[in-house]
Amino acid sequence: MSSEIKAVLSVSELKRLHLGPLSLRVGAGECVALTGASGTGKSMLLRAIADLDPNEGEVRLEGKRRETFSGHRWRRQVALLPAEPAWWAERVGEHFVTPPLALLQALGFAAEVLEWQVEHCSTGERQRLALARLLENRPRVVLLDEPTASLDSTNVRRVEELLAEYCANEAAALVWVSHDQEQLRRVATHRYHLADGILQEVAL
Amino acid sequence: MIALSPFDLMLAAILVLLLALSSWRMGLHLERSLAIAALRTTLQLLLIGLVLKLLFEQINLGWITALALVMLLVAGYEVMSRQTRRFRGWLGFAVGTTAMFVSSFAVTLITLHVIIGNTPWYQPQYAIPLLGMLLGNTMNGIALGLDRLTTSAWQQRRQIEARLMQGHTAVEAITALKRESVRVGMMPMINAMAAAGIVSLPGMMTGQILAGAPPMEAVKYQILIMFLITAGTGFGTLVAVWTAGRLLFDERERLRPDRLVEK
Repeated sequence: MSSEIKAVLSVSELKRLHLGPLSLRVGAGECVALTGASGTGKSMLLRAIADLDPNEGEVRLEGKRRETFSGHRWRRQVALLPAEPAWWAERVGEHFVTPPLALLQALGFAAEVLEWQVEHCSTGERQRLALARLLENRPRVVLLDEPTASLDSTNVRRVEELLAEYCANEAAALVWVSHDQEQLRRVATHRYHLADGILQEVAL
Repeated sequence: MIALSPFDLMLAAILVLLLALSSWRMGLHLERSLAIAALRTTLQLLLIGLVLKLLFEQINLGWITALALVMLLVAGYEVMSRQTRRFRGWLGFAVGTTAMFVSSFAVTLITLHVIIGNTPWYQPQYAIPLLGMLLGNTMNGIALGLDRLTTSAWQQRRQIEARLMQGHTAVEAITALKRESVRVGMMPMINAMAAAGIVSLPGMMTGQILAGAPPMEAVKYQILIMFLITAGTGFGTLVAVWTAGRLLFDERERLRPDRLVEK
């Protein structure tokens, strides 16, 4: 199917525990809002797409099945920003290969941020820094699990603008989990709703 | 050599009894474990003494192999039972046991063939004590190394997964923990070598001297044993930690903490 090939991310018949089988398509430059009550498995779905947990089904990136990628190459392209990102080194800078200064600046940070101790950063700062860390890989698909949950309004706007720009410039695909209806109307092009393990496209 | 009589051993046992009595008076609650352990050491050593006596009288490769396997399986069980979090199912036993088998048996065989060079090479007077010393020590190293790896991988699973999400390979995500675990497994042996002769007189050498061997001969054997044990422990720990490091991830490089069970 030609429409399958055009999709950046296509998921079909995905199953993980009580989830699915469910299907999802995200095209280039599209942002899909993913909604559903707490505990329905939105985070579980994102983890399955990023192939972090054992799951069944076919997931393709630009038409190529995920089995043709090694695990780490897949996750470089299909990147997940979890609700509470973890840090494995002490200083912020150690988490980057070549620190993307423009990106950090767009998120409201100066270059000194690289010297900061992760432990001393606030939750909101960590959330924005984790986004910068993830985008450094230039992923084709970005799976966002409540990326602005602990941000003030200025930073919510910054993150929204940055992601919209990234999505458009890179022709990337975004999946955005949020409980904020207003936000989803601003950022999303489509909306899917998850309930009782079933995923359905609904009006925005 | 002055042979010990059962009465001599009784005298030493009285000291342990006194210790148990103090433990009871002071409410340490150690007297029970102390008594059981003392009893176990007496019975187990008498039993192995009998087995060795029989083995020495009729040198038979089959019986020696059988004893070696029993020793390996017991050591493997011991490694498994010392893990706070071990691999689910038969793997929990196999990881440590395989590593112990590879390192201890290899080092013992090399020593018997190349260094000792007896005929037959499996002369039990050499083969069994050597293997026993190696198994006992590799067991410690492997148990420590494995325990550190699985425990810290469990505690740091969020950090490891964060690296996976960042697109790091499974190897990149676990290398630091593997290094640390191997260090933990090998440290006791390195410390023992560094302290030997100054802080401590190693038990094997002391035993030989007590049994009437010339000190320099005992020392040479001790050095040999220390080197063998270090090599055996080191390689055994490396094999165990590397194997476990792979088993913590699946073919899609996902971290699989669900493969571990808590004791």
